Amino acid sequence: MVNSDKHRNGDALFKGIAQFFALSIIAILLLMTYRMVAESMPSIRAFGVSFISGSNWDAVQGQFAALPYLYGSVVSSLLALLLAAPLSLGCALFITELAPKRLGVAIATLVELLAAIPSVIYGLWGIMVMVPWLQSTVQPFLIEHFGFIPLFSGAPYGVSMLAAVFILMIMIIPIITSITKEVLLAVPQSQKEAALALGATRWEMIRIAVLPYGRSGMLGAVILGLGRAIGETMAVTMVIGNTPQISLSLLAPAYTMPSVIANEFAEASSKLHSAALMEIGLILLVVTLIVNSLARLLLWSVSRKLGGGAK
Amino acid sequence: MNCKVQIDKLNIHFGQTHAVKDVSMDIAANSVTAIIGPSGCGKSTVLRSINRMHDMTPSARVSGRIILDGSDIYDRSLDPVSIRRRVGMVFQKPNPFPAMSIYDNVIAGYKLNGLLVKKEADQIVESSLQRVALWDEVKDRLHRSAMDLSGGQQQRLCIARTIAVRPEVILMDEPASALDPLSTLKIEELVEELKEKYTIIIVTHNMQQAARVSDVTAFFYLGEMVEMGPTKKMFTTPEKKQTEDYITGRFG
Ligand SMILES: Nc1ncnc2c1ncn2[C@@H]1O[C@H](COP(=O)(O)OP(=O)(O)O)[C@@H](O)[C@H]1O
Ligand SMILES: [Mg+2]
Repeated sequence: MVNSDKHRNGDALFKGIAQFFALSIIAILLLMTYRMVAESMPSIRAFGVSFISGSNWDAVQGQFAALPYLYGSVVSSLLALLLAAPLSLGCALFITELAPKRLGVAIATLVELLAAIPSVIYGLWGIMVMVPWLQSTVQPFLIEHFGFIPLFSGAPYGVSMLAAVFILMIMIIPIITSITKEVLLAVPQSQKEAALALGATRWEMIRIAVLPYGRSGMLGAVILGLGRAIGETMAVTMVIGNTPQISLSLLAPAYTMPSVIANEFAEASSKLHSAALMEIGLILLVVTLIVNSLARLLLWSVSRKLGGGAK
Repeated sequence: MNCKVQIDKLNIHFGQTHAVKDVSMDIAANSVTAIIGPSGCGKSTVLRSINRMHDMTPSARVSGRIILDGSDIYDRSLDPVSIRRRVGMVFQKPNPFPAMSIYDNVIAGYKLNGLLVKKEADQIVESSLQRVALWDEVKDRLHRSAMDLSGGQQQRLCIARTIAVRPEVILMDEPASALDPLSTLKIEELVEELKEKYTIIIVTHNMQQAARVSDVTAFFYLGEMVEMGPTKKMFTTPEKKQTEDYITGRFG
């Protein structure tokens, strides 16, 4: 009896501590949001909705609107994701299903190493190697052959939306690949054998047993990549050209929300200027929350449809 | 005897483990052969060699011959995929594809042959489900998830999925061991019916089940086949002492 009481006390204590930490995370998030809203107030009051719909950013005139940054962040991240997702899936499939075991492990380790490289290094590589290459080779080629499409019109500046898309793609491939790899490894042997026993080839086995089983997990991997791309600051700032404009052309320079905060916060000239930057931070926070909630919702509906079978 | 599968001096190693030792068996067409023996004696390993499932296990080494209708399935010129179309397999734990509907599960293997007309698919789904006596239970919810079915229904669905491919031989590895008694009974009745069209090899650790469903029984012990003969004889007057000890429950 004494013993079990002791256990109960231990349990209660542990539960209390765990609860405290869980609640403090929520408290920190709420406090942070509150502070950000409070700090953005001057800008919210001054510009209202036009802060999101307008595109004039002029610190001297005291005019601030965030649409170009929002546009730059969303477009660069989504395009990067569009390119990175299939490449990562192919890479993960190669590691788990196609490559000989040792080669697979070697590649997986390499991919994980890539994820650990600081983003400023990617940025340096981008600005010193990729951007010159884009400017001298890729962009002139695109302009010459596809220039009639608005996406590829304009002059070859090097620094551009395209450069940001490429660098983000390279940066999120490791994380999507390594999570997708885990998801694929978690597909039970019994599912693969079920397909093989029906006379499926290796590729057919992947198609009917592996991919459907892992799809909710893979979706999670992709969303995580998106979250990372939207928040990425350093490398993008170095290659995107930092020009607040909305251009259909991928060759034109652009700007993202994290980049403008990083570039201007230290030298914000007025109260309104820092409030506007703070409001951009708030928008970034909201966008990230929406992306993640959307992902949860999707994941939840997929796993419910599977009747809990694919855990 | 019309011999469908002939196993000749089969040896299987996993790395250093010698799991199956010099096994030879002749399996007649349209018969049910039961493989019994204590756990770990190599029953599943032998069974899985008959449709080249060990190809996926890098450490597995198979030697000897397995002749299916006159040709060695381990012949280098033969594609394991084409072997598996002819030799289907039902596993211990029901393993329907969770992301697919009942309908799609049944047709999943058949569809691999290429595009097919909806009418043809409908017909194959219906006849396969009829054969496993599942049609009446699921005909109103064919497009619902296969995971909504009970364990016994899922296993019958897996059998339907296997026969939809129209194999010649069906391998079953303890197909009822995860099921309740009533579902087990249904599976046993099904095996009885299926042998009209297919050659069935069934692994079971349940001796009553072997006695009920099989024509021929093979007893395995420590990787070797101790004895094989007509089921009735095996359960009444086995030749080997080890067999007698096992079926009378003195070990295993
Ligand atoms: N994939 C494998 N890798 C290594 N050893 C295995 C593998 N599969 C089976 N074995 C070994 O082969 C022997 C026979 O196993 P198995 O055929 O599964 O027995 P049973 O089905 O009769 O219970 C066991 O000793 C088991 O450990
Ligand atoms: Mg077994």
